[in-house]
Amino acid sequence: MRARLESLLLPLAVAFGFVACWHFAVKWTGSDIFPTPRQVLTGTWELVEKGVLFKYIVASLFRVATGYLLAVFVGIPLGLLMGWFTRFRMALNPAIQVLRPISPIAWIPVAILWFGVSDVAPIFLIFLASLFPITVAAMAAVQNIQLVYIRAARNFGIGGLELFKKVVLPAALPQILTGLRLALGVAWLVVVAAEMIAVNSGLGYLIIDARNAGKRYDLVVAGMAMIGLIGLGLDFLVRRMETLDEVRWGLSR
Amino acid sequence: MIMQMNPHSTETRSPRAKIAVRDLWMTFKSPDKTKPDVHVLEDINLEILDGEFVCIVGPSGCGKSTLLNIAGGFFQATSGAVRIEDKVVTAPDSRHIFIFQENGVFPWLNVEDNVGFGVKRSTMAERKKVVEHYVEMVGLTGFGKTYPRELSGGMRQRVEIARALAAEPDVLFMDEPFGALDYLTRLRLRAEVTQIWQRERKTVMFVTHDVDEAVQLADRVVVMGKRPSRIRDIVAVEVPRPRDLDDPECRRLRDHIFGVMGLDHSGRATEIRGVGAAEEEDETEGKVVNLADRR
Ligand SMILES: Nc1ncnc2c1ncn2[C@@H]1O[C@H](COP(=O)(O)OP(=O)(O)O)[C@@H](O)[C@H]1O
Ligand SMILES: [Mg+2]
Repeated sequence: MRARLESLLLPLAVAFGFVACWHFAVKWTGSDIFPTPRQVLTGTWELVEKGVLFKYIVASLFRVATGYLLAVFVGIPLGLLMGWFTRFRMALNPAIQVLRPISPIAWIPVAILWFGVSDVAPIFLIFLASLFPITVAAMAAVQNIQLVYIRAARNFGIGGLELFKKVVLPAALPQILTGLRLALGVAWLVVVAAEMIAVNSGLGYLIIDARNAGKRYDLVVAGMAMIGLIGLGLDFLVRRMETLDEVRWGLSR
Repeated sequence: MIMQMNPHSTETRSPRAKIAVRDLWMTFKSPDKTKPDVHVLEDINLEILDGEFVCIVGPSGCGKSTLLNIAGGFFQATSGAVRIEDKVVTAPDSRHIFIFQENGVFPWLNVEDNVGFGVKRSTMAERKKVVEHYVEMVGLTGFGKTYPRELSGGMRQRVEIARALAAEPDVLFMDEPFGALDYLTRLRLRAEVTQIWQRERKTVMFVTHDVDEAVQLADRVVVMGKRPSRIRDIVAVEVPRPRDLDDPECRRLRDHIFGVMGLDHSGRATEIRGVGAAEEEDETEGKVVNLADRR
């Protein structure tokens, strides 16, 4: 109980200290462009009243969800196959290792060229950003499976697709989940940049638009804060999944 | 009359031989010729009767696991073959279940689902009954919904034994199944395995490097020598179970086996070369091999 309370109070104390420092820093420097915490709050409220905040959050979440889920459906099977079949891995791994270090930002011009200024372009970027961590995690997860599980399953007459379903996938799941969490973080990171392509909704759009249309830094910071808080929420959700019995065995902590 | 003409009569094999190892040789060939080939088994011949409990002892690295893996269908022999019920073993078979030292219990399934993994019955009710029966047999009643990570090493090994039995095999291969457990747990599990075996009468091939364990468990103890190893002796243990290791006959047999392995019972080498040193050498080699083994 005491530890629980501490784990809540300590971060809150830090947050409070941070907001206080921020407030006084703005006061002392006398900046009239950079907002105080209070101005950010009123700015946020303004967005709520105009009815755009909720709309933008949904738009961003929709793009992230679509791109991310596409990456999950492509990346997990791809990674599993690469982990299982040596030939498959030999053929594809170099390509993946070449593509992986290219920042999703670098794909923006290409995305615009291919998909124009539409919802598809940011979704594509999010897809790309999440695909590599998911694929690589699934591949490594399969390679790390203890041989004894595979042997035991074979001994019980399990093979082929059933072996995949009953042993390979569950054995790889903890590490895959870690990859999924990582990828979700990256996807959320990229949505802002992706929405700077001239779409006209989303938290990334909000930030760029607030700056361009009248240097409204209170709204810029409000958008940043929303992104941070939602990121925290997403991470919390995935961490909840990590406490399930099916995966907990393979995760430290 | 026609029955007597049956071409499948057992005349071609010795009576009731369940497992027959014939002229078995095994060499691990170095895949890239950077290392010399490892000659592990030489001319192994062994017959195991139906329902017999046979222990295989020998210094570590001598090829006990290799022999068991060939019999289990996981490795291919260089020459010769293992037959089970007159059929040459070429692949793993769910009638012959392997129990691993490193514990092959699936950590993502609870005890019940682990034990039920290899159950061949078709209806849910029957499956449930089989699972319950074997969970109880290994003394884990009440732990059905527990996950392996919450169990002790000894309990996990019990789960593995229950899982093997629940598949209703007729042969069990056990490769140092208690090797990773503490001494007391090992003693207790030995007693339990004896009881279970007396009830189920499976044919068991049990590998251990612990001579006491072999004497306590086996109908016959197969003693192997240093690599490349041959069978040095086969010792029948005709002491009624449960066995007390202080029983004079048990002691005599143990000393005899130590003698065959080249040790007196204080652990001093009685042969020219120190067996202890040889073991260390093998141990490191074993590690390298285990890495290679993981593909
Ligand atoms: N997969 C393998 N590839 C190459 N060499 C192996 C392999 N498995 C075992 N060996 C060799 O065979 C020897 C016997 O191994 P093993 O059967 O595991 O011994 P034991 O079980 O008696 O300790 C080892 O010392 C090792 O050098
Ligand atoms: Mg071994």
